[in-house]
Amino acid sequence: MSNNHNNTPVKAIIIDDEPLARMIVKEYLEPYANITIMQECGDGFEGIKAIQQHRPDLIFLDVQMPKINGFEMLELVEDPPAVIFTTAFDEYAIKAFENHAVDYLLKPFNKERFDKALRKWLDQRATRASDQITHGPAAIAHGPGGEKPADPTEALLETASQSPAQQHRIVVKTGGKIKIIPLEDIHFLEAADDYVKIHTAAGNFLKNRTMGYFEKTLDPAQFVRTHRSYILNVSQVTRIDPYEKDSHLCILQSGAQVPVSKAGYVKLKGVLGL
Amino acid sequence: MAKSPLSQYKFLLIFISWWAIWGFLQVSLLIGFGLPVKTALIDSILSNSLVALSCAFLSNNMQYYLPKKERYWYILFISLSLSAIILLACKAILVPLLSEKIDGAAYALFYSKSWAVRFDIIFLQVGCMAILSVLWYSSEEEQENRQRRNDAERLAREAELFKLRQQLAPHFLFNSLNSISALIGSRPEQARKMIQQLSDFLRGNLKKEEQQWVPLSEELQYLELYLDIEKVRFGHRLDTQIICDEECLSSRLPPMLLQPIVENAIKFGLYDTTDAVIIIIRARVEAKFVIIEVENPFDPETSRPKKGTGFGLSSIQRRLYLLFARTDLLETRVAGSLFTTIVRIPQIQTP
Repeated sequence: MSNNHNNTPVKAIIIDDEPLARMIVKEYLEPYANITIMQECGDGFEGIKAIQQHRPDLIFLDVQMPKINGFEMLELVEDPPAVIFTTAFDEYAIKAFENHAVDYLLKPFNKERFDKALRKWLDQRATRASDQITHGPAAIAHGPGGEKPADPTEALLETASQSPAQQHRIVVKTGGKIKIIPLEDIHFLEAADDYVKIHTAAGNFLKNRTMGYFEKTLDPAQFVRTHRSYILNVSQVTRIDPYEKDSHLCILQSGAQVPVSKAGYVKLKGVLGL
Repeated sequence: MAKSPLSQYKFLLIFISWWAIWGFLQVSLLIGFGLPVKTALIDSILSNSLVALSCAFLSNNMQYYLPKKERYWYILFISLSLSAIILLACKAILVPLLSEKIDGAAYALFYSKSWAVRFDIIFLQVGCMAILSVLWYSSEEEQENRQRRNDAERLAREAELFKLRQQLAPHFLFNSLNSISALIGSRPEQARKMIQQLSDFLRGNLKKEEQQWVPLSEELQYLELYLDIEKVRFGHRLDTQIICDEECLSSRLPPMLLQPIVENAIKFGLYDTTDAVIIIIRARVEAKFVIIEVENPFDPETSRPKKGTGFGLSSIQRRLYLLFARTDLLETRVAGSLFTTIVRIPQIQTP
């Protein structure tokens, strides 16, 4: 181990549903005296709580976990810490990692591989810390926690959302609780400033994503962007009425009225086979 | 290529008998018309031999060229031409031969009077042979095609069954290896045991043949092996229970059918809830079926198990279809927060 790694204390959390998988990470971390394991979590819910409570510098995160997977958990964490993924086999995930420079460990992994991943992160951190010293706090803007912190994570999540597990649900946080919304429960999505408002029978939920993100990741045969600010679930449509010049109104089963622009009408007709 | 019908002893015998009978009839007929016995004999033998040879030639020829449906006029054409040739040849040989030696002008006159009848008979015989040959070769070809198709289908089916059987979840394998890796440091004895279990499981997966049905007792043993490994992986979160009558144990089923169903239930149960999960496996015999139910908990709030299959059961559904040509053997049931997979295996195949 190089010297500078031992200096700064590091708070870490291990999130994996298999006890033995947590055990091996713990074992591999033992020689690193400066790394403290704050908590071990068996699922994503615990993980979110632990992250909020301990504000760790680094988490070891499994992808396949109960209820919400590793990616969904990350989506729900504000200002997520650095992540080293540990996973057995997930081609979507691997693709995601490879494209976005977050390190990942394929189970079973050996000590050397583990050390390499950890050292990479420690080095990055050390470099950033020294940058901060030489260039002042402004330089942080380019590191995590600054202006463009979400970029790699955002891109990672976008790629990961193409995995089959995530194609049939959206995970949101509402009043401290986590809600999993099956896609078929969604009536329509509405743009709301920096958020997207998800309308369902059980109420409305806000998700910190763009309309473009949902348009790209949702199944286009099921969800159509009928308007700059609206995406609707095709199976909810009961009627399409003309409305003003060149525009229409879509009436949903819930009674909600969703505006349809001229271009949106063309798309909608295509999907409905009209 | 289809063989000529005449290459078979049975058909050759029928063919020869036919010409013997026909020759005899013609001799009788000619004598009846007042021809001397010797003349009638020569006439009959020669003309019938010519027809027989032509028929054999025709039949043999069709082995190499079988007219397609739209070219059946070819049969008519070739029958007519052959008949005409035979008739002319008979005349060219018989008239000079028999006129000189025996009857003088009388035979020549008889022949010229009888040529139309002769032509009719020859044409009928040649025509019949042509049609019979076409039917024979067509059916042979059809049979060959069917055989080829069946072979191809069987091979594809076996390959697909093999693939479905071998579909070992990579998640399971790699996670198990990871667990072993974790155990090696602290509990090497347990690591060794798990390696043994995993090896036995993989070996069982490799050696089984589709045709060799196994008793339920053996499948359950194999399942236990798998469950033991999963329990090491998931610790206290996973519990299983097997409920099975004594009489079920001897019932037979295709190998490796149960394990993927249970694996699916475990995955569904463990990843859909965060609590401890109990998987219940029940087996019973009912009217020539062995019925196996696998029950797992799930969260009805967030998952919508579709009716029928889904949740990784499609490959089992496909396998059952390939084995039994039925789609009603796999069912799923949702009751509250319990999801049950029900598979019915007909007890018909003799092992």
